[in-house]
Amino acid sequence: MGTENKELKEWYKDQFVKFEKRLNGHSKSFMQKYRVESLKKFDEFELPNMKNEEWKYTNVRPIFKHNFRPAVLAEKVEVTRQLVDKKLYKQFDCNVMVFVNGQFEPAFSKLDCLPEGVLVDSLEKVLHIIPELVENKITKLSATENSFNALNGAFALDGAFIYVPAGKIVEKPIQVLFLGGSKTDDVLIQPRNLIIAEESAQVSVIANYQPIDSDKYFTNIITEVYAGKNSIIDLYKIQNEGSESYHVEKMDVHQDETSVFSHYSLSFGGSIVRNDVNSTLDGEHIECNLFGLYLGNNDQHVDNHTFIDHAKPNCVSNELYKGILDGKSRGVFNGKVMVREDAQKTLAYQSNKTVLLSDHSRIDTKPQLEIFADDVKCSHGATVGHLDDQAYFYIRSRGVPSDIAKSMLIRAFVSDVFEKIKITELRDQINRLIFEHLQRVEI
Amino acid sequence: MSDDMKVVEDLTQSEYKWGFITDIDADEAPKGLNEDIIRFISNKKNEPEWMTEWRLKAFKHWLTMKEPKWPNVKYPDVDFQDIKYYSAPKKKPELESLDQVDPELLKTFEKLGIPMDEQKKLTGVAMDVVFDSVSVATTFKETLNEKGIIFCSISDAIKNHPELVKKYIGSVVPYTDNYYAALNSAVFSDGSFVYIPKGVRCPMELSTYFRINASETGQFERTLLIADEESYVSYLEGCTAPMRDENQLHAAVVELISMDNAEIKYSTVQNWYPGDKEGKGGIYNFVTKRGVCHTNSKISWTQVETGSAVTWKYPGCILKGDNSVGEFYSVAVTNHHQQADTGTKMIHLGKNTKSTIISKGISAGKSQNSYRGLVKIGKNADNSRNFSQCDSMLMGDRCGAHTFPYLEIENQSAQVEHEATTSKVGEDQIFYLNQRGISTEDAINLIVNGFCKEVFNELPMEFAVEAQKLLAISLEGSVG
Repeated sequence: MGTENKELKEWYKDQFVKFEKRLNGHSKSFMQKYRVESLKKFDEFELPNMKNEEWKYTNVRPIFKHNFRPAVLAEKVEVTRQLVDKKLYKQFDCNVMVFVNGQFEPAFSKLDCLPEGVLVDSLEKVLHIIPELVENKITKLSATENSFNALNGAFALDGAFIYVPAGKIVEKPIQVLFLGGSKTDDVLIQPRNLIIAEESAQVSVIANYQPIDSDKYFTNIITEVYAGKNSIIDLYKIQNEGSESYHVEKMDVHQDETSVFSHYSLSFGGSIVRNDVNSTLDGEHIECNLFGLYLGNNDQHVDNHTFIDHAKPNCVSNELYKGILDGKSRGVFNGKVMVREDAQKTLAYQSNKTVLLSDHSRIDTKPQLEIFADDVKCSHGATVGHLDDQAYFYIRSRGVPSDIAKSMLIRAFVSDVFEKIKITELRDQINRLIFEHLQRVEI
Repeated sequence: MSDDMKVVEDLTQSEYKWGFITDIDADEAPKGLNEDIIRFISNKKNEPEWMTEWRLKAFKHWLTMKEPKWPNVKYPDVDFQDIKYYSAPKKKPELESLDQVDPELLKTFEKLGIPMDEQKKLTGVAMDVVFDSVSVATTFKETLNEKGIIFCSISDAIKNHPELVKKYIGSVVPYTDNYYAALNSAVFSDGSFVYIPKGVRCPMELSTYFRINASETGQFERTLLIADEESYVSYLEGCTAPMRDENQLHAAVVELISMDNAEIKYSTVQNWYPGDKEGKGGIYNFVTKRGVCHTNSKISWTQVETGSAVTWKYPGCILKGDNSVGEFYSVAVTNHHQQADTGTKMIHLGKNTKSTIISKGISAGKSQNSYRGLVKIGKNADNSRNFSQCDSMLMGDRCGAHTFPYLEIENQSAQVEHEATTSKVGEDQIFYLNQRGISTEDAINLIVNGFCKEVFNELPMEFAVEAQKLLAISLEGSVG
């Protein structure tokens, strides 16, 4: 293990030297300092292993067995408009940003109907033109906690940058399509996303992760979200990466008073998937909603970690994660809610429900409450089970074929997360994905 | 509300009521831990060679282990070389009647509210009183003998029933299990041994009172309870300890074996010295308790934890046999600077196994109370079922309540439910009771008792009464 790590670290250090050469001109910027620091941390950190409580149920060794080549250093992959169109969620009006292997493709993007002052662009470009806008926020939220974060930091270059100034409302959702994979290389794709909503701003973002083809690649993301006073942010993440790929994301959210942040995490693809969502409720009367749906099939491993930090009084958090696991898939859920000493009148609800469809599927769930204030109402619940036999019998006795009966029960199970999706046109497309993924009859 | 808070505060500030020291000469080992000390203990107890060997093996293994740091508790490091590992009352009375017992000792029991003679005559509870590591007197032995039940100290069992001890000791909690189990295996001083033969229903509740005495003596109890096929036993364990300034370490190991169709009910009331209001002193209570259930058998753990400065224990069940049942009912109360990290482990291996977990945590003052539990459903545990409920109640704004449930499910036919809530004593509930002329003090007492009722209902009668008293004392001082 030791020598293996060393080789791996040497590989990425070597890549970093090549990466630095290509950056010419950036070398004195704050970003470059951050990159160098991150690389140093990557070198120092022990790779996440199952002895670490945060990674207890997720073995990431397969990811580190591979030497992935940072996508910037790999051969550029050309995509066609047809492919982009195929991968986008349609039937509703939206702004579009397209990233291929982590690099922005303005040609396929459509950002012409944004309100004045709203800035939606590639992070790399914004760093060039108005670095101060980025500098005040980026890296301030997301602490480098493990090798994945450090690796992202070291090669941080591009990603989606969304800035909504005070009082502006972006009516049409912004769909950000991330396409990954390359025929020539096993690429490492590391978007660095930054979403800022100033006071009373409102925006809705759909992060859409898809493969170009069926290649092996590794997506390692850090997303930072600032929700200013009174702002409203809806963030959808629809992860449907290729079955050979690995997907790790850490999202850090900072909420100011009276803001509302809703996150919808829909996880379908990927071979090993790890989603971290951390939200700090730093003000009063904040609402934080985390909804999640994870589907596992074949040999997939899906790990969802959430952390809601109630730092101030009078806030509400809602969490509902549901999962369906089939084949030999494994699911992990770890939801932590922290209520700090003075966060009185906190309301925190958390629920995690999982259905196991096959004999070889497995779930490890750990809902966690840590409460240091007395005048609070907090609850969490977790259930694991199989499809209800009685309900199944009832439907079957009405002459419904077995596969349809099962699909009906699956549909019913996911419905409460499903109904939370505010963009109704998206629901049908998600529904299709669910049944496609579980290889079952769609209803 | 400020008035209510004041009442709560006044009440929660009360000092430990049952603190006192009994002056009895103890036969002690010098401080420190090494192979010689282990040989000394083993020799003192006239143990056979295999037992000494086993202790030494455990000790060697212990040396290779590191003290666990993962529990959600903070305490200064324990200096294992600063502890006396053996202390026995010098005059070990081998008596037939209570008159011959050291009067000092009897006085202690009286203060504890266990007048032995009365217990013996009236309650029908057989008492194996462990006073500082050595059994002093055993009652009702004859009644039990008739049924073939063995209820004695573990040192006696090692002498008189070596075949049973040899077969079962370490079979549920091996010395390699964890740091404190290894330590206990190496230095255990005494404890209880129970064997219920096939088809026997134990006619009375078996009971042991543990008591830590003599300054700086860590007490390392070892309990081994075997219920043979189709038998039943209910076992009670309760504790109080005198007031001390140094922290005392208590690392016990309890092993239960429930054979086919047998049932074991194990109840604990723990009220050791929790330290004073500033968090000075108090007992460290690091316990490993585990039971194994064979086919169609049942183990039920009930615990009321009010004492100790630091509590760290997870009574667990390994549901090995098909159709076996595990239950865990717990009330954990922490006050002042107490810390508790407690819960259970339910490991389902057999088919159609069922487990229930009801845990109630109450934290007051500046205390921290954590529930940590594991429910594991193995690959072959078809149709197994678990229900867990963990409720916490907070009294005061400087205490903490935490829940860390681990659910590991590998079988699709399993059904597992976990739910937890945290809240405070309802102002409306207090108001309602006040309105009916019940003082705030009594109202809180009522509400807390109601909160814990599900667990108290599981306790045997004698214990339920005591448990309620303890709860009142640890939370509300003089209110009974």
